[in-house]
Amino acid sequence: MSHLKGISVPHRKNTAESAPVQMGAPTVAYYPTVQHIGAPAVPVVKAGDEVFVGTLIAEAGGFVSSPIYSGVSGKVKSVDGTLQPSGAFVPTVTVECDGLQTVDGSLAPPDVHDTESFIEALRRSGVVGLGGAGFPTAVKLGVKDLSKIEHIVINGAECEPYLTGDTRTMLDRAEEIGEGIELCRKYLGVSSFIIGIEKNKPGCIREMRSLAARHAGMRVTVLPSVYPQGAEKVLVYNTTKRMIKEGQLPIDQGVIVINVTTLASVARYIKTGMPLTEKCVTVAGGAVAKPQNVIAPIGTPVGEVFDFCGGFKSEPYKLLYGGPMMGIAIADKSAPVLKQTNGLIALTKDEAAVRPTTPCIRCGRCTNVCPLGLAPVAIAAANDATDMEALEKLKVNLCMECGCCSYVCPAKRPLVQQNKLAKASLRDWQNKKKEKETDKK
Amino acid sequence: MSKLNVSVSPHIRSGVTTTGIMLDVIIALLPAFAASVWLFGARALYITAICVLTCVLGELAFELITKRELTVGDLSAVVTGMLLSFNLPVDIPEWQAVIGSLIAIVVVKQLFGGIGCNFANPALTARVIMLLSFAQTTAFTAPRGADLVGGATPLALIAQGDEDKLPTLFKMFIGERAGSMGETCAIALIVGFIYLLCRKVITWHTPVVFVGTVFLLSFLTSDFSLEAAMYQVLGGGLLLGAIFMATDYSTTPPTKWGKVLFGLGCGLLTFTIRRFGSYPEGVSFAILFMNILTPYISKLTARRPVGGVKAK
Repeated sequence: MSHLKGISVPHRKNTAESAPVQMGAPTVAYYPTVQHIGAPAVPVVKAGDEVFVGTLIAEAGGFVSSPIYSGVSGKVKSVDGTLQPSGAFVPTVTVECDGLQTVDGSLAPPDVHDTESFIEALRRSGVVGLGGAGFPTAVKLGVKDLSKIEHIVINGAECEPYLTGDTRTMLDRAEEIGEGIELCRKYLGVSSFIIGIEKNKPGCIREMRSLAARHAGMRVTVLPSVYPQGAEKVLVYNTTKRMIKEGQLPIDQGVIVINVTTLASVARYIKTGMPLTEKCVTVAGGAVAKPQNVIAPIGTPVGEVFDFCGGFKSEPYKLLYGGPMMGIAIADKSAPVLKQTNGLIALTKDEAAVRPTTPCIRCGRCTNVCPLGLAPVAIAAANDATDMEALEKLKVNLCMECGCCSYVCPAKRPLVQQNKLAKASLRDWQNKKKEKETDKK
Repeated sequence: MSKLNVSVSPHIRSGVTTTGIMLDVIIALLPAFAASVWLFGARALYITAICVLTCVLGELAFELITKRELTVGDLSAVVTGMLLSFNLPVDIPEWQAVIGSLIAIVVVKQLFGGIGCNFANPALTARVIMLLSFAQTTAFTAPRGADLVGGATPLALIAQGDEDKLPTLFKMFIGERAGSMGETCAIALIVGFIYLLCRKVITWHTPVVFVGTVFLLSFLTSDFSLEAAMYQVLGGGLLLGAIFMATDYSTTPPTKWGKVLFGLGCGLLTFTIRRFGSYPEGVSFAILFMNILTPYISKLTARRPVGGVKAK
């Protein structure tokens, strides 16, 4: 097996040539306290407080958590709960912007001189996995036993259609990527850096190869243009031939995976002391008048970002955070740009139409394209029958929800959706089983 | 602005649909269909029309009567009708064609749950039932251009030891030999095969392994005669079966190795029946037999979850 399987999706990366355009201050900015995986951040401001670009507005709520900084200057209007696209109700800081974008005067580059201070700086940087997952970078790089890290795999695959933010990072911020590599070498003791890039980005491959010539131990792996190359397990396998097994983290295979924009953002913070307050977002999709890359202050309502791109040329049917394969649909244009937001995609009805589901014809496409060799049809049947032992054997817990199965299904069956449900019910069942076992003891 | 749709990912889907796949199969069958009309005359068109119409109306009627969801628009009944007709001799009486079509659609397909649920190929099963019930199913007619007087098929001639009466290999290739309507023209079937491969409707595994097995075994058991092996490949319903019947989704294994095993089994059985059986043609029985084994082959060759760890 030379590569894990996957599918060909349309690229639609027509914004790749557009250097990101800086967007000004929005009228209002929203900061939900969940913009990462882990515990919600805890607001440290109250209504009436003045904030500037880079002012801490919520501190990390635990070890796996991340602080949130204001991307705008203005006055805090309120701190109360809002409903997120994920369905969760979380505390949100609302800031009324003054339009001046005054930078917080207290910002200064962090004092970094050893591993501990480096990780501490990362913790303060507010940087999380910017590829979309939002896992706090300080936790990911804060490995206790540094000798376990053999390779750092830099994710430049950007396999989702439309998205070109990482592409622009590789083209425009090569120096910062290099600085990030040197930081990891110095403070984490890593000597091997592999950047994986899909072969549909020849410009990035060229740029990163020339960067690799300047940094010892860095090499470029050209990945096939097969979705989902950017998925952690697929990327690690295709760059190092190591398979992250069930229940393992990449570090168990001696690997840390970091998104290319995340790495550049780490370097920027260490150099300037400016935490994560803005984000390069690809604004695209059939309904967008002027598709382009935009650097927007975090907290900007997506409606204002779309307006900045000329609004909609046709009625949007779906607005997405992220790409069309794994992104989340937004119900309301006041939803803000978050740390992990790498794309704002407005799809027309033609592009996103949900066709009627027809009977399964057992063509086997779903199982043949699954990167992890799962059998979605069998999983759906076991889930319908609430046969948890079968779900356990079918390893539905491995499903990374990449959506390949649903994408290829000619009968338009909701396969990945059923996998998600099956995963949740299997988890519940396993937890209950564990509880019973501990009760017995 | 009207309300936004907020269904879960993925938000885009491929353009491949069940109806589209069936349409591709129909297009792939058209060369063989044209050849059947050219070789056997307008009656080939007439019989095919009867089979297709009966299959479509039979499916519609069954779904209406049993109040099931109407799936007749997916064109799969058209494919079944065409395949059944291609497996029949041109002189089959109309009423037998109608009965065969109803067996295929109602008994073999719908009674087992409709599209995707049948375990045996509808057209093939119907053909075998007709073969065992009606003598006319094996009363083959010679097409235009064929030199032979009677309607003995090449494989029957070989079985009888009348090898000197065999049509030339070239005639076998373009279909000028006795047989079922749609099975004789090898070149038309191969064109359909290439089309299906290009459209990624099927993979090469089953057809190539199936035909390759028959070719190899025939070659090895005929004193290494390439000619004899080629007659086995071009004779009977081998190409039609290997390309269009042994690649049916519901009744064959889904994975690559499953398809290889399936093709191998079909090839072995076809060779065995042709060589040692009393019946000169074995493709239908071979595929049908392998259809029954499909669940086991599928289980045996199912993909293993990558990186999965056995439960303690």
